Amino acid sequence: MGKKELVVSAIKNGTVIDHIPADKLFQVVRTLGLTDCNTQVLMANNLDSTKLGKKGIIKCQDVYLSQNEINKLALVAPSATLITIHEYEITEKINIGIPSHIEGTVKCYNPKCITNVENVIPKFDVIDKDDLKLQCCYCQKVTKKDTLTFL
Amino acid sequence: MNLKNRNLISISDYSKEEYMHILKLAAEFERQPVQNIAEGKVVATLFFEPSTRTRLSFESAACRMGAKVIGFSDASNSSTAKGESLADTIRTVSCYADIIVMRHPLEGAARVASEVATVPVINAGDGANQHPTQCMLDLYSILTTQGTLDNLDIALVGDLKYGRTVHSLVEAMCNFNTTFHLISPESLKLPSIVKMHIKKHNLKYYQYSEIPEAINKVDILYVTRVQRERFLDIQDYEKVKNSYVLDRSMLTNVKSNMKILHPLPRVNEIATNVDSTEQAYYFQQAQNGVYVRQALIAAILGLK
Repeated sequence: MGKKELVVSAIKNGTVIDHIPADKLFQVVRTLGLTDCNTQVLMANNLDSTKLGKKGIIKCQDVYLSQNEINKLALVAPSATLITIHEYEITEKINIGIPSHIEGTVKCYNPKCITNVENVIPKFDVIDKDDLKLQCCYCQKVTKKDTLTFL
Repeated sequence: MNLKNRNLISISDYSKEEYMHILKLAAEFERQPVQNIAEGKVVATLFFEPSTRTRLSFESAACRMGAKVIGFSDASNSSTAKGESLADTIRTVSCYADIIVMRHPLEGAARVASEVATVPVINAGDGANQHPTQCMLDLYSILTTQGTLDNLDIALVGDLKYGRTVHSLVEAMCNFNTTFHLISPESLKLPSIVKMHIKKHNLKYYQYSEIPEAINKVDILYVTRVQRERFLDIQDYEKVKNSYVLDRSMLTNVKSNMKILHPLPRVNEIATNVDSTEQAYYFQQAQNGVYVRQALIAAILGLK
């Protein structure tokens, strides 16, 4: 996306999520609950990207992500760039990536895990970042991409 | 080596040097089982699901050292039945005991307990997850019968997919240049995550579908039960069930030092005609459980 001509209008204050793989855009929207957002949300998909081929972008007016939401975003779209905007200026830019440890974001897929029965915050060590495998710190079972459920 | 106040939730919580220290202490207790070193100490055994040998061997271990035992052997006798959370039960029992030994049907329960307890916790089994004291007594039994843990050939027989004792034993034995011989039905093979652990240590493993293919090559034959309920198709079970029953006739050409271990309870996977052979070691193995648990309680309470 060229800087001179914005495909998606700028926002005054809030968050821009750039470099979302095109096939993950709507999953990111759902995961972050942007479907229920009351402020302006601007989206574009299938934009040309040298990094990804095709990418999506989301701009959310007056929305700032919590650490838990950033973790969720990291698991769905680790290639994403998170940009904070203040008075139309970029004040922070983070290449997200997958953290090596995750707490309180994902449900353990093992129904016999204590975290699914008692009031215990699930914790995981990320044992494979490329093929997303999360090992539960309690039951040791591995939650994979296809068994991933967010809390 | 100081293991005072350390939890034991998973075998990987302890280093090789630390569990070798426990095995050394266990040998001391085998030579002199009655040592009144824990007088005045209280051991809580919280068994949220029934167990015979694990609970009794822990209680026997505590009694032989002069400690008193409190606890329950069934969750229906505890406040859990009234809806109390595990965390609250553990916090409360922490006020009454110097150490907690617990078994729970849910996986990860012991780790949760260790996070809220103010006294050390020993995991005596959390569902299908971990049973580290069984692993330590298996190691002790291997060490006692072979004189070493290094460079051994170990066959693991039966349900290698779900058997928690097998997974822990593989993990621990990876520290000792072990060659693994894995004997199981196709559907109950060792999970890839456990095999990865073997590969990570650059060790060899071989897979077989029947006991006679490997029995003459190994120093230890570790037998587990192939359970009917693990098979989706009952015909698959019927096809393989006799391939995993060890019979005396299979022992003709085994190595002279070979011993048979089993975590017990046994059902029919080792024929009773094996019990009187010199290879049968599974009942002594259960006896070793007391020495190992004495060693653990003593070390964690800071008495040894």
